[in-house]
Amino acid sequence: MALTKEQIAQRIAKEVKDGYYVNLGIGIPTLVANYVRDDIEVDFQSENGILGMGPFPFEGEEDADLINAGKQTITALPGASFFDSAMSFAMIRGQHVDLTILGAMEVAQNGDIANWKIPGKMVKGMGGAMDLVSSAENIIVAMRHTNRAGESKLLKECALPLTGVNCVKKIVTDLCVLEIVDGKFKLLERAPGVSVEEIQAATEGDLIIEGDIPEMDI
Amino acid sequence: MEGAKNFIASRRIVLSSRLFELIPLYFLYFYSKISETMITKTVKDVQEACRGVKDGMTIMFGGFGLCGIPENAIAELDRLNIQELTCISNNAGVDDFGLGLLLRKRQIKKMIASYVGENAEFERQMLSEEMEVELVPQGTLAQRCQAAQSGIPAFFTPAGYGTEVAEGKETRKYGDKNYVLEEAFQADFSFVKAWKGDTAGNLIFKGTARNFNPVMCGAAKITVAEVEELVPAGELDPNQIHIPGIFVQRIFQGEKFEKRIEQLTVRKK
Repeated sequence: MALTKEQIAQRIAKEVKDGYYVNLGIGIPTLVANYVRDDIEVDFQSENGILGMGPFPFEGEEDADLINAGKQTITALPGASFFDSAMSFAMIRGQHVDLTILGAMEVAQNGDIANWKIPGKMVKGMGGAMDLVSSAENIIVAMRHTNRAGESKLLKECALPLTGVNCVKKIVTDLCVLEIVDGKFKLLERAPGVSVEEIQAATEGDLIIEGDIPEMDI
Repeated sequence: MEGAKNFIASRRIVLSSRLFELIPLYFLYFYSKISETMITKTVKDVQEACRGVKDGMTIMFGGFGLCGIPENAIAELDRLNIQELTCISNNAGVDDFGLGLLLRKRQIKKMIASYVGENAEFERQMLSEEMEVELVPQGTLAQRCQAAQSGIPAFFTPAGYGTEVAEGKETRKYGDKNYVLEEAFQADFSFVKAWKGDTAGNLIFKGTARNFNPVMCGAAKITVAEVEELVPAGELDPNQIHIPGIFVQRIFQGEKFEKRIEQLTVRKK
């Protein structure tokens, strides 16, 4: 069975380690916060200017001056801090943020990522994604393996305008966990009940398959 | 010979210690002459605050989404129907609020932003090429403001290397990483919004409404700050001020702040 988006988030949450500062993108990445183990200390950074982002506010306690990068109302945890956009990206480009999790429209086997524009059709802008992917040491992409038309999003080369080059390290899709190794996708884990053949059929880029591929533990 | 050297050295010490004695007197004189009031930046209302804004100007607007936007100034530019604007702002508002108000009346010739996904009319004007759009990575956008604020003409950033953002720009390798040369903005006006301010133009922001506002202060020829609460100089704790008044030319208390929420997300108790 292919994973739901909640399960993708749940699997990615295992990559979040004690003491990490983490930036979560919009969409599936936002859900990751719900599944991080509560016995470890993790601080979430949102690029609009908060470190120490807390859960959504209780009904009636929302504050228009307190939002995340997805423009959702949030809360600030005790010990949180606010800062301006330049300082926020100093944290990001200066590699003070340990882990970046973001969505993508396409990922290429050399680690290129495209997630901001479909020429002539959809132009929303890159937001902070280009700054994040150009600087972060540790980037995980959360996305579905194929697009709505059933075409692979894991490609030899990206067809869409790029967000960044040679930057993605790991990808968690609804079918599997992959790592970029030597310009190829290395298959690490399968979603429960999904076969290697199914993953191969849904992947346009080159796959490295070594030995038995374990099912992910979620 | 040795004795003469010692004599000269000792004279020098005497002379320099005398000078030190005189320095406090000089400062006493200076401080007695110093004005006891700060330069006043207050203007009476949004009309006065927007004086001098003309068609074709380049204008910065603080805010992230609808959070911390200078809503009084935007409403006034809408009322004045200023045309052919180049707007620098992280986002472009929503269809009926924020910069969406200026979009609706086609007052924007060119938009410089990082993310414009919330606005259907924006997307329509952009795809039909009625409006020119320059999309800039968010950190680069902030840094181009800060560069303008701090007299840095250009800087190298890794953001956008190898993408269409870097097309036509100088790139350079430092260590094993590639960087793109980005330039400071040049703007006529900067409109920002703060939580509290004083008559000297000092500003304090609240929560994530801070965002682009501080980096846009002093990044244009004239910076106009609208605040929720304007107090006399001296009432704000100097330790708590985020932006010193030197970066602000005009300050006024906004008549009304709607502070619209774009994505209300709550949990049940």
